[in-house]
Amino acid sequence: MRLPRPRGPLSSHLVTLLREPVRRDRALDDVAATAVREAETVLADEDVQLGLLIVQELSHDGLDGVDDGWERSPDVVSARAVLEDAVEAELRAEVAPAVQQILAEARRDPATAIFALTDDAEGPSLAGHLQRLATRRELEEFLVHRSILQLREADGHTWLIPRLTGRPKAALVEVQSDEYGGGRLERMHAHMYADTLLAAGLDPEYGRYLDQVPATTLALHTTARMFGQQRRLRGATAGHLAGVEATSSMPNRRVAAAVRRLGLGDRAAAYFDEHVVADAVHEQVVVRDLCGGLVEQEPALLEDVVFGVLSCLLLDARMATAVLDAWETGSSSLLAEQPDRLGAVG
Amino acid sequence: MSQHRHPPVQVVVCPDGPLLVRGAIEVVGEGGEPIAADRPVVALCRCGKSTRAPWCDGTHKLLRRRRAAPTLQEGPDD
Repeated sequence: MRLPRPRGPLSSHLVTLLREPVRRDRALDDVAATAVREAETVLADEDVQLGLLIVQELSHDGLDGVDDGWERSPDVVSARAVLEDAVEAELRAEVAPAVQQILAEARRDPATAIFALTDDAEGPSLAGHLQRLATRRELEEFLVHRSILQLREADGHTWLIPRLTGRPKAALVEVQSDEYGGGRLERMHAHMYADTLLAAGLDPEYGRYLDQVPATTLALHTTARMFGQQRRLRGATAGHLAGVEATSSMPNRRVAAAVRRLGLGDRAAAYFDEHVVADAVHEQVVVRDLCGGLVEQEPALLEDVVFGVLSCLLLDARMATAVLDAWETGSSSLLAEQPDRLGAVG
Repeated sequence: MSQHRHPPVQVVVCPDGPLLVRGAIEVVGEGGEPIAADRPVVALCRCGKSTRAPWCDGTHKLLRRRRAAPTLQEGPDD
């Protein structure tokens, strides 16, 4: 991925630093801590979320012109911890009342409690707006937002596999194998999303639209990776995946309808059609066997499983609110593209 | 030596949800038409309201919510 355009002191510092050969940089920790301190909310702060995505990218796609050795730089590792701990703390504070409210019910029957949370998820329906009212431009914006997550679909949660054993491991491998197409590239969900972008006349390169995607959307991506890459957060990772899968079938049916209503065709709709059926399977396996099985092995993880579910629902609702608020005033929900990037792709 | 050639089919009944079927090859639809099961585990609709029958599409959740809402007095769902 190309190094993105900075959005503040932290991302600016990183973009300059990472172009250099790997070296110590004792200032980075302070720069990260200051960015966290000055953010009104780290879940929606452009500089914090982009900075976090950049350091996480060192463990995923890598960055063009950046030495892979930066991944293990103690200063980068430390800054990443500063950012992720701040994100985790804010998420925990936001959902704490809802976690406590459902905990007793979840102890009796984890699966029923998780489905109760995801079925009653509040917040505006982005998919409902797309299905009924959205313009072609709005649908394209939606596809651009989702491109950050969907072109690397499933990867965040895959980090959990080697930390599991027994029934929850079998469940997660079954679901992730389906996410990756079961051995068939054309069925891999990330690949199908690239096809959707192409059919819509958009660029399928991962990160191509990063400079236009706001923090409220980046937070969906950075949080999944943050959960998945920490063993301590294995309960939250399982819960987060449950949140994703159990709120997917019906919204994707609506988006598929929007894609056809706006004339993008069956090829562009295939990704969304696939998710209607696939995620009706995945939600059962993830909620009952992954989350249920994990809590059976380690009952102390229940609270974190619920935390993961609610974190997913919260960030989804925030992203939908931001997008719909922009559209309601006739604005774009994306950040303005830098002038020198215009026309870079035909 | 043929005991492993066809792994046994497993059907899991999900409370308030679909039937999960592992190892299905083909489902025969209402009109007798064969429908390929194109993933290792499929979810068969049990509520009768799926728009993607015979597969589950999550619609049972709407029915459950309607049942749970005391203000909506509609006919029985089942």
